[in-house]
Amino acid sequence: MAVTKKEVEHVAKLARLGLTENEKDIFTKQLSAILEYAEEIKKIDTGKVEPTSHAIPMKNVFREDITVPCPDIKDILANAPDERDDMFSVPRIMEQ
Amino acid sequence: MELFELTSHELHALLVKGETSSEEITKSILARIGKVEDRVNAFMTVNVNEALEKARNIDDQVAKGAEIGPLTGIPLAIKDNMCTRGILTTCSSKILRNFVPPYNATTVEMILQAGAIPIGKTNMDEFAMGSSTENSAYKTTKNPWNLSTVPGGSSGGSAAAVAAGEAAMAFGSDTGGSIRQPASFCGVVGMKPTYGRVSRYGLIAFASSLDQIGPLTKDVTDCAIMLNAISGHDKKDSTSVDLPVPDYRKALVDDVKGLKIGIITDLMGEGIDENVKKAVLDAANKLKALGAKVEEVSLPTLKFGVPTYYILATAEASSNLERYDGVKYGHRSDDSPDLLNMYYNTRREGFGPEVKRRIMLGTYALSAGYYDAYYLKAQKVRTLIKQDFDKAFAKFDVLLSPTSPSVAFKIGAKVDDPLSMYLSDIATIPVNLAGIPAISITCGFSDDLPIGLHIMGKAFSEEKLLRVAFTYEQNTEWHKQRAKL
Repeated sequence: MAVTKKEVEHVAKLARLGLTENEKDIFTKQLSAILEYAEEIKKIDTGKVEPTSHAIPMKNVFREDITVPCPDIKDILANAPDERDDMFSVPRIMEQ
Repeated sequence: MELFELTSHELHALLVKGETSSEEITKSILARIGKVEDRVNAFMTVNVNEALEKARNIDDQVAKGAEIGPLTGIPLAIKDNMCTRGILTTCSSKILRNFVPPYNATTVEMILQAGAIPIGKTNMDEFAMGSSTENSAYKTTKNPWNLSTVPGGSSGGSAAAVAAGEAAMAFGSDTGGSIRQPASFCGVVGMKPTYGRVSRYGLIAFASSLDQIGPLTKDVTDCAIMLNAISGHDKKDSTSVDLPVPDYRKALVDDVKGLKIGIITDLMGEGIDENVKKAVLDAANKLKALGAKVEEVSLPTLKFGVPTYYILATAEASSNLERYDGVKYGHRSDDSPDLLNMYYNTRREGFGPEVKRRIMLGTYALSAGYYDAYYLKAQKVRTLIKQDFDKAFAKFDVLLSPTSPSVAFKIGAKVDDPLSMYLSDIATIPVNLAGIPAISITCGFSDDLPIGLHIMGKAFSEEKLLRVAFTYEQNTEWHKQRAKL
């Protein structure tokens, strides 16, 4: 199934990936080829089959709702590109 | 033989007899790294000082009467997608070029407690996406058997390090074959345990329902030793299974009499190298001669494994990699006028082409209008693949196939053809989809490059896999060969 350049641009926007014009062209071609191959699975009859999201049967793994120690704020902020007042600092959020 | 050439269990025997020390072993490994690493490029980071310091501490403790466990004093390499406190962890990506985790992965903590010496972090395909380690944003690891060929991927650095004597054992991770395929290309043992057998806490996620951490070792005994050390329930990983861990070393028995072994015909056909097929059939005949019952079996849904995987794994990856946005850690693009542009620019600058390709694929498969046709459909095919394996394991104890359709290919041969690269995982991928365990061991050579035998078992049947692999190994000599560097 051919993926259009418009679709590539739309998906890149959803994924917050900035693509160059060149990358858009290459990806349009490559994604089309890969998805065409992926279409193979449409040949299989999966009429009454349940989807598997998790290979080993497990459900609802909970823990007790009690407070446990958290990592130190210093450690968490140590990798921050920019921080201020114990918060991660980012560029202004502008209206789209 | 030099210390760097020995297996962990051989090193352990020398330590127990007092014939060597952890410091001597570590120095031998570091000297080996000094000699070959500029040709192999297995490591992102080598922890020279920390390793020697830890080795000396271990020797001190042993002198004071501390027990020498199976991993005590053993230099071990760690794939660079596993968090190591205070040590750079990059996933071989530019987007994590400066990320220093404030915590250890659970399995890293476990081997440290066991006294292992963390020798360094190994190179990989970026975010574990690849089958050759060529997708690393930093360097190309070479196959120690032939430096113009790839070591396989994505755990290529770890496999090459073990094969080159740069580590006694190594951690890998496997989402579609990333431990087993490099093991087969580099002539070492690689195992993907059952999903949930080993904690994923601290493993930087690629596809959460498929990822598993596992051992890369010189022989099956070392594999059992490492599996013992890293298996078990972890409260911090809600997908880890709360089942007791047997002593996997007890499975190392030289006996396959009466075991029912099935060769998967669908993975022995078109597209598989003739020499690889022959080596796998020879291995099956060897097991037959040793008393196993060997038959052919067909699992027809397996041929849909690769397309199914490239929808499910990329979908999960597109979600897991959303966190790399320049806000809390890692690379942040300079001079972005606003937050949205910061996201676009950071991810554009930080991710390599294969990662971008897979994020795009996954986002597409999950997007409105395509979810049912791709993602939901793939999940149903996943069920069918699982059922094919269940049916086969009702009849057979283990299943066999080649690990990879070919031996190690030349560096650069597949970089421009992503689909051809994806198809090299045709035998390994179904195992991850079904969540079952599998091991790759060397069963021959072609053009002086190792061929891997792929042995699969039903969930939590690692003991059977180890028994078959051990029996084969005890009755052949492949595992004694070492790459000449």
